[in-house]
Order: sequence, then structure tokens, then C-alpha cells
Amino acid sequence: MPTFVYMTRCDGCGECVDICPSDIMHIDKTLRRAYNIEPNMCWECYSCVKACPHQAIDVRGYADFAPLGHSVRVIRDEDKGTIAWRIKFRNGKKDMELLAPITTKPWGSATPKLADEPAPSKEMRDSELLFNEPKYIRMDEGGLHTLESNGLTIKKGVYY
Amino acid sequence: MAYKTIIEDEIDILVAGAGLGGTGAAFEARYWGKNKKIVIAEKANIMRSGAVAQGLYAINCYMGTRFGENNPEDHVRYARIDLMGMVREDLAFDMARHVDSTVHNFEEWGLPIMRNEKKGSYLREGRWQIMIHGESYKPIVAEAAKKSADKVFNRVCITHLLMDDSKENRVAGAVGFNVRTGNYHVFKSKTVICGAGGASNIFKPRSVGEGAGRVWYAPWSSGSAYGLMIEAGAKMTQMENRIVLARFKDGYGPVGAYFLHLKTYTQNAYGEEYESKWFPALQEMVGKEYLDPEVSHRTHRPIPTCLRNHAIISEVNAGRGPIHMVTMEAFQDPHLEEIGWHNFLGMTVGQAVLWAATDVDPKYENPELTTSEPYVMGSHATGCGAWCSGPEDVSPPEYYWGYNRMTTVEGLFGAGDAVGGTPHAFSSGSFTEGRLAAKAACKYIDDGKGEGIVVSDKQIADLKEKIYKPLETHRVYSNEVVAGSVNPNFINPRQGLDRLQKLMDEYCGGFGVNYMTNDKLLNIGLKKMYLLGQDLEKVAASDIHELLRAWELKHRFLTSESVFHHTLFRKETRWPGYYYRGDAMKLDDENWHVLTVSRRDPKTGEYTMEKAPLYHLVGDIEKAAPEGH
Repeated sequence: MPTFVYMTRCDGCGECVDICPSDIMHIDKTLRRAYNIEPNMCWECYSCVKACPHQAIDVRGYADFAPLGHSVRVIRDEDKGTIAWRIKFRNGKKDMELLAPITTKPWGSATPKLADEPAPSKEMRDSELLFNEPKYIRMDEGGLHTLESNGLTIKKGVYY
Repeated sequence: MAYKTIIEDEIDILVAGAGLGGTGAAFEARYWGKNKKIVIAEKANIMRSGAVAQGLYAINCYMGTRFGENNPEDHVRYARIDLMGMVREDLAFDMARHVDSTVHNFEEWGLPIMRNEKKGSYLREGRWQIMIHGESYKPIVAEAAKKSADKVFNRVCITHLLMDDSKENRVAGAVGFNVRTGNYHVFKSKTVICGAGGASNIFKPRSVGEGAGRVWYAPWSSGSAYGLMIEAGAKMTQMENRIVLARFKDGYGPVGAYFLHLKTYTQNAYGEEYESKWFPALQEMVGKEYLDPEVSHRTHRPIPTCLRNHAIISEVNAGRGPIHMVTMEAFQDPHLEEIGWHNFLGMTVGQAVLWAATDVDPKYENPELTTSEPYVMGSHATGCGAWCSGPEDVSPPEYYWGYNRMTTVEGLFGAGDAVGGTPHAFSSGSFTEGRLAAKAACKYIDDGKGEGIVVSDKQIADLKEKIYKPLETHRVYSNEVVAGSVNPNFINPRQGLDRLQKLMDEYCGGFGVNYMTNDKLLNIGLKKMYLLGQDLEKVAASDIHELLRAWELKHRFLTSESVFHHTLFRKETRWPGYYYRGDAMKLDDENWHVLTVSRRDPKTGEYTMEKAPLYHLVGDIEKAAPEGH
């Protein structure tokens, strides 16, 4: 099913080509617009649909099991931090709009730059701890779980 | 073909494939290696690559120790029973004790995690699963990885690992090609963290034609984690442990939230409960230790995923299919109905498309379920992957050789699907494994283990010739015929994939034979695999895109070959519902309470198989169990 591209909406910008995880959105050399070159390697993941600035890409369900006449459209907005869906049934009886958040922070602002974090001590290096640990494990002062702390041994044999 | 050779030198940590495992590795590596050179190579674009490209509506691995919910060993016990005992419990414990810190980082980065307003904790879907609005899960974690990495090479498909020419069995980087420019990329690196993916599309899929892409695991998960490491001579474990999924028919939409949160349940075509009637016979096969419905009912011990599949497969074979998911009750609640749809839109849009196309409204109709074709991967309810060292403070001697998550090839680490014996890691656990591997890789370098690596010009030149050979084959032979795809001198990647899928299906226990195989079938299959391997030397690619498919196919082939050898070695039926050995239809703890470990000799291609001891975490619960259990 694959994705397909509306001739009159596509301007050949290549955003879909850039994002497709399956490398199947390519630019047609004659028409200078994008198209799906390998529908049977399309996962209907909608990455290209979401990335297209002109809503030029849509999905028509896999021909081997999905009848024609349905629609699942989407607008993903990083500035608003939302994704909006509209699902329309083939028989027209269901027409649903669904909205979900995609992030709780201004887009791209909250991921840390670890190069700027203070360097870990030797003690930390020699421990089993990772970045932000032990704090982030339980968000308190507790330590990392070990076999000893949890009253465990590791043994050969058949145990259930 | 004048493709340029582009050499990236003096890398400390090369992340090969950046899904959740690889992004975790790149992110964490910067903390432990402030001045180290960290490079990512990814065949797609890390903002939407790997199995989480589409998003997720749940994080399936979260302990909740912060809210007093579970301890890491509880999760190990869950994975143990679900996988019929076959888990690297040291690795599983290690992942579980760190995974919550990963999830708490994600929340800080902006991943919307739903809250249980009453308790203040995260909203639970099940004991281990928390619910998220995860449409942008991958771009959020990719952003963190990007900030840590010195360079990100998107659209560079890694095809081979480089090996040190001065020291046997030590990794020296990797090579591949850019799927846009065609250029040859050489990455010389002291360590490689393999974050490449597991394998979809190696067994014939149920869908045909256009729908062949609607596989459960992403179609771009090409088994490269295994292909790369197997070819380098790394030992692999539990490769026979393929997984079959019970999912909504055709769209393979997820059922987790439906079962756990919406409290939907299954019934046969005639509206009857069917599962329990298959359990007595199944208990004969696997033993009371693994299936005891009474104990499960009393203690909420889960029935293993494979055994629930077995009940579906058996009921359908008995002529009472299809199996339905009973949604009509839950969907009367508009809030639950909305969650049901959001669940698909967040991670399997195709299922929503299919229901819209077929007018299936789960409020008025109970949708069909089916069991999928098998998949080979290492982070869901299955544990295929490389045989890796565990952490120093947990692992017994047989599981420990100095660096956490390092394979048996020096300097080669794994994360996510790449690491064997660690099922139920899912997205958060895979990212966590990447973090663990990154810390260990930094230590390996600081210990001076990556010094004095030599990569000869010859190795680089030989690999270049090998990579582009499918283009050369096409150039030489394509004009011998008038037109079309039929040529006596070569096959194209699609033709090769079709043959592989048919072979795996018919001889290695695919859906087409009801997941059944035996020693005879496996031996015939291996003979045919040998011939396919020879033909893959003649695979032809008409352009760079097809060259990508050619190398994905070769990785899938190496994965499949390993699956064959492992399936043949384990002479028992350990996971009824995943696959059956017709010549050994019972679970056999006396001989097979072990992990299977293989190595393919990189020079000869010969396989050697061995059994590795199985260690279990033993605490009060195990001590209280009946004698011998």
C-alpha cells in the first residue's frame, strides 16, 4: 500500500526521499516528482506522508487485501507538538478525527548535550552506573540493584 | 563505475545501525568518552529508522521501582517463563536494573508518557507496559544521539565489518556504500557497536504481492545485525528461537493494549473459549513446570506467548477458525474506543487503513486474528543474537569476558536485536543495552585494547570489489537477453528473496507448513541453502537501490543459514507455537536445558555448534519451589 503521490501537489522537494526508512520514495527523472518505486517494501509507516510539506502523499491500502475507497490522513505539527488524524471508512459510516501530542517540550529543545556535562569520576567509571544514575533509576537517593542487594545468586541448573 | 572511496579514520566508536539500540549507544558514549570520536552509520535517516520509525504507543519494558511496582528480578522471571526457560539472565537482569533510568530520561526529553492520575505513577497497560503518545519516539531519541555524535552518516548501508590484519579476531571498523551517491565508505574504528536490526521477510509472508511489505517487523529490518556479526565470526546464540505473533489479521496491528488495557479477549469462530481445552495435551508436551493453568490463575504467572499461539494454531487446524478478538464489549466505552484507534495510529497505521477499507468497526464486529509468519530478532518475546559478555558483578565465568555486551570478536559490541538471550528488552531495553555497550566500549579503548590496529589496503580494496560485484554482474550479463528479468547468468534481489522465503517456509517451519519441521526437512533445506548461497554470488543489481536490496538479501541469507543450523541442533520442541520439531515433539529439559551457541568459520563457512550452560537467578521464590524445580 502503499504510498502514492498526487501529481498536482508534489513539487519534487524530496523531503519524502530524505526520510523514507525503506528507501522507496524516489524522484521520477522525467516528471521531477516523487513516487513509490517499490510498493511491496512499503510498511505504510507514514513517515513520508508526515514529512511532506504539501500533503501530496497518501496511502491506498495493500491491493491484496484492502478494498478501495477509504482514507487515513494525517497532519503532524512540530510547532504545536501535535499529530492530527482523520479516518474515513469505505462505506462512509465512520469519519473520525483523532488528536495526540507528539512531545511535551518545545520541539528539539530538551535533549541534553552530554559533551557539556561534567566528566564522570573514576569511581563512577569503575562502577556499573550509567549517565544520570543512580538518581534516575528511582528518582531518589537509592543505589543500583545488584544480586547482593536483592538477595539473589546465579546458579546453573533447572529453576522455575 | 567510478565510485569514490571515502575514508573516515581514527574513529573510537562506530555505531553501525542506529535504531533504538544504536541511538542509545551513540548518546551514552559521549558521556564516558568526552574526547572520543563517535560516528553513526545508518542505511536510512536516523530520524525515522529502525523498528520504531513509525512510533510506538507503549513502552513495553519499564520496572517502576520508583513507584514500588517491580524489581529487576521479577522481570527476569517473567522473561524466563515466557521463553520456556531460555534466557541469559545476567544480561536480562542488567538491562532491567537500568531500564527505568532510560525511560526517565526519555520523559525529560519530551516523550509524552501517560500518567495514572490517581496513583501519580505512569499509566500501566500491563505489569511491564506503560502507555505513551509515541508518534515521535524515534525523532526524539535520534535528536539526543545526534547531539552526542561527531558525525552521522545517513543513507550509508554497512555491508561488512573490517577486521584487524595484525591481530586475529579483532574488529577494525566497517565498510559500506551510500545508497544515494553510490560512494564507498570506509570507517576505521577501534570499536564497533552493532545496532543493526533483526530479520523480517526471511520466512514467506502470509501477504502476497503488494502487501508483502505489511510484515509485522519492519521490512527494512534485514537481519543485518546477524549478517554482519556472523560473517565476522562472532558466536551466535538462540538463533532457532524465531517468533510467531498472534495479531490482527493482515494488518498485524498490535494486540497488547487490547488484551491488557482494553480487556478484550479471544474466542473461536463459534463464540467459544478455546484455549483451555488444548492445555492438557500441551502440558504433556512441555511439562507441568512450564504450563500449569491452575498456578497461572492463582499467581498471575503468564502463560508463555508461544503456548498461547499453540492454542490458536490447534483450534484453527481443528476447523473452528478464525479466532476473533472480542472488541464489541470494550468499544462501547467511547474512551476505550479512542484508545483502540490511537494504538494503531501510533504504531501500525496500516491496521487502521485496513479496517477503514473493509468497514470493520470493532464496536459492532469482532475482528479476526491470525498467527504471523516467523521472525528472527532479539528484543521482543524472543532472544536471537550474538553471544555477548555480561556485566562483571552479575555474570558467571562462562558469561563473562571483560566487557559488557562485547561479542566473542574483540572490540565488537552489540545492542538491541544484536544481543542474544535478552528477550523482552523492547524499545527502552534496547536503548539501555546501547548505553551499556557504549560505556563498556569506552573502557575497552581506555584500557588500550584498541591499539595497533592495522587495516591493509588490500582488505579495503577486496571489500570494495565485493560490494559492487552485483552491479558488475548486471553490467556484464544484462544485454545478453533482449529485455526482462529472466537471465541465465544471474538472479535479481527480489528473485533471491522469494527463493529464500519459500525455502525457509517449507523446510524451516514457516506458516505454510503450520510451523512444522524435522531433521530430514532441515537437512534438505540446508542443501538448498548451499545452492542459494552460490547463486547469491551471482545476484545482480541494476542500480544503487537494487544494490541495497542485494546486500540486505545477503544479510538475510546469513541469518537464515544460522537459523537452520540452530534449529537442527536443538533436538526438541522447546517452543510449541513458535515451531515444532516433528521428530522430537517434546520439551526435553534433561538434554536441552541449555543455550545453543554457534560459530561460522569466516574462512570456510563451516558451522560448529555447542551447548552453553544455563544459569538462573535464584532468590526466595526459586528456593521455595518444589525440589528440583
